[in-house]
Amino acid sequence: MFESLTNKFNDVFHRMSGRGRITEDNVKDAMREVRQALLEADVHYKVVREFAESVVQKAKGQEVIKSLHPGQLMVKIVHDELVNLMGPVDTRIYYVSPAPTVIMMAGLQGSGKTTTCGKLARFIQRQGKKPLLVACDLQRPAAVDQLSVVAGQAEAQFFTVEGEKNPVRVARESIKHAASVGCDVVIIDTAGRLHVDEEMMQQAEEIAKAVNPHQIYLVCDAMTGQDAVNSAKAFNDRLELDGVILTKFDSDARGGAALSVKSVTGKPIKFIGVGEKLENLEEFHADRMAGRILGMGDMVSLVEKAQEQFDAESAAKMQEKMAKGKLSLEDFLGQMKQMKKMGPMKEILKMLPGVGSQLGDMKIDDEEIDHMEAIIHSMTKAEREDPSIIDNSRRRRIARGSGMDPSDVSGLVKSFDSASAMMKQMSGMGMRDRMNFAKQMGQMDLFGGGGKFKVKQRSHRLTKKERLDKKKKKRK
Amino acid sequence: MAFFKKAIDRLTKGLARTREKFVSGLRSLLAGRQIDEDLLDELEERMIAADMGVLTAAKLRADLQTAYKERRIAKGDEVIDFLKEELKKYWPPENRGIRFAETGTTVILVAGVNGSGKTTSIAKLAHLFRQQGKKVCLAAADTFRAAAVEQLTIWAERVGVEIVKGASGSDPASVVFDACQAARARHSDVLLVDTAGRLHTQEHLMRELSKIRNVVSKQIPNAPHEVLLVLDATTGQNAINQAKAFTAAVDVTGIFLAKLDGTAKGGIVVALRNELSLPVKFVGLGEQPADVEPFNPEEFVEALFS
Ligand SMILES: Nc1nc2c(ncn2[C@@H]2O[C@H](COP(=O)(O)OP(=O)(O)OP(=O)(O)O)[C@@H](O)[C@H]2O)c(=O)[nH]1
Ligand SMILES: [Mg+2]
Repeated sequence: MFESLTNKFNDVFHRMSGRGRITEDNVKDAMREVRQALLEADVHYKVVREFAESVVQKAKGQEVIKSLHPGQLMVKIVHDELVNLMGPVDTRIYYVSPAPTVIMMAGLQGSGKTTTCGKLARFIQRQGKKPLLVACDLQRPAAVDQLSVVAGQAEAQFFTVEGEKNPVRVARESIKHAASVGCDVVIIDTAGRLHVDEEMMQQAEEIAKAVNPHQIYLVCDAMTGQDAVNSAKAFNDRLELDGVILTKFDSDARGGAALSVKSVTGKPIKFIGVGEKLENLEEFHADRMAGRILGMGDMVSLVEKAQEQFDAESAAKMQEKMAKGKLSLEDFLGQMKQMKKMGPMKEILKMLPGVGSQLGDMKIDDEEIDHMEAIIHSMTKAEREDPSIIDNSRRRRIARGSGMDPSDVSGLVKSFDSASAMMKQMSGMGMRDRMNFAKQMGQMDLFGGGGKFKVKQRSHRLTKKERLDKKKKKRK
Repeated sequence: MAFFKKAIDRLTKGLARTREKFVSGLRSLLAGRQIDEDLLDELEERMIAADMGVLTAAKLRADLQTAYKERRIAKGDEVIDFLKEELKKYWPPENRGIRFAETGTTVILVAGVNGSGKTTSIAKLAHLFRQQGKKVCLAAADTFRAAAVEQLTIWAERVGVEIVKGASGSDPASVVFDACQAARARHSDVLLVDTAGRLHTQEHLMRELSKIRNVVSKQIPNAPHEVLLVLDATTGQNAINQAKAFTAAVDVTGIFLAKLDGTAKGGIVVALRNELSLPVKFVGLGEQPADVEPFNPEEFVEALFS
């Protein structure tokens, strides 16, 4: 149902391409898409509105960097603004002395507090601390049992008061207990509660008052919709949160709740839960989250990397060549090498929106570029300029020279042929079609699925007549 | 009718905040105004705020615009009634109750993502069926989550129904197998199967769920008679993905919309109806076994807009 922002931006790219400067009008166009994407990612509608305004301000009148499309620049502005809003993130847990450091968890029912307690215990243990897990959810049936099992799994100490009905008392007792068993961190699990349940919210306040937690974390389900701001705000008003832990992040939710919660509470997202295992707690990264909300892979890093590696002028020249279909094998190699400089091929392709998911088990390794290079270097200048002159005997010579198989040589030529045909097509395209193209490339196995750039169907060998025709054409 | 009245009261109460927020604002927003772009924009935003989703909101907006052009409505004040009628069409009269087996045990498989409210909702259904004089049995097939079996056991005791369980960590399919055998042998009217929460993106767990379903259908003819997806009312647009994935794995027959007693508007079920044709069968309105009501679209929409 919900297409990713990638596709939408591609549309915007398409409309924008060719214009040199970001104007108020085309920013507004783009913002309509941004707005929709954010809403589909469950960012609160008011947050979306404010966000859109600030992006428009930032984007107005920005000069477009040479060779970069305005659309891409726009993505970067939007992305950076998202990162700004969600960061900076400080995931350090500040331990106090004298011990114990008290951490309290709070949140709605079913948000994942108990499991997160276990994960946090693990995390804290890795920092050389000894956590005590305290069962203050006396509401839900078997919640105490659940925490006790989780504590066992985490090999952490566990505390409960048998028969006690009042969580405030359990919390208070636990602090004394921590000292007696040598625990320096106390993690208090509390019952899930609705932020509009006055009695329960009061109870949460009382627990907080009784133990004076050094940190209070709101545990929030990443799949939450527009209501995330209501509950987060209420919890923050009553408990003065220190941070937020987003759970169930291993779902395919876009996690707009993160942005919403951050912007209404001002409290940072500290951790994300990414699985049911106790190890599955990670520190929050605003930039990754931004990419996810926008549903666009790590597009921005790609743009940045590309900016570093390709200088604008030569890229423009290349484009011209491509457009005329005058790409030589030499240029092809040059491109490949530049791509290689940018990092491992697959990683780069993965960053392209739409391609990442298509990649599957397609194997492109850097070794192939080396092989490609070896083959091209064994060619004469004439062969590189016009690979169509490579006949059987030339092919054998090149293969011998490069230590490759003759079929590899024809595979490369074939790949080059289709690539240059596509590039020619592509140079006349807007960004949208280019992305589609990139996608197709992923599906097409440009480099021949099995690793080497072998083509299944062997390249067509020119007949004598065809070769003669070609030569004649060339002479003209 | 008394039952209905109670249902309506509860649902209305559960949705009171929603309604107040949505409607009080909405009424004043609409009163005496022309139906123009600005008004449509604001309206659309409000529907989005109710988690109805961008597409659904856009569709309703378009419907509204058409109606205005065709002079079926003229002023802002008529908008609410129009939307109400429009939304009610999303849930045409059809059987939103449980499809019971003609003879023998009715099996209801309950599934959903982690923490959505499955176990509690099962307690609620067990309670409901018991009130209807049925003999109920629970299958504790969440053998994964810590203390999940204990949780369901406590509910079984409180509600006064039987429970079949295996060891924690045992194969959930084998627990379900045992439960089917037991339910048949004991002539239970209803067998409610609790399953472990799982994210719809975890393929192996979704396969495990399909396997559980297969065991049920092999053991009892025409079972499972219902497959309920428990959906947290606070869920945003991801609910669509959830519903799709669970439907693909176990052929969901209806939705149990839990936690509608908060401020979440549950508007996602409108989007869900727009997107898939899954009926909402029950709503959960609290943490106690009695806090359940059959879904009534009239009332749901009424509570949203009136
Ligand atoms: N306010 C409210 N809370 C509910 C409702 N339904 C369930 N809950 C609460 O939500 C929390 C999670 O409910 P469970 O029934 O354990 O959810 P589950 O889906 O079985 O969870 P897992 O088995 O861990 O995946 C508990 O604290 C329940 O009391 C409801 O309708 N309203
Ligand atoms: Mg459960």
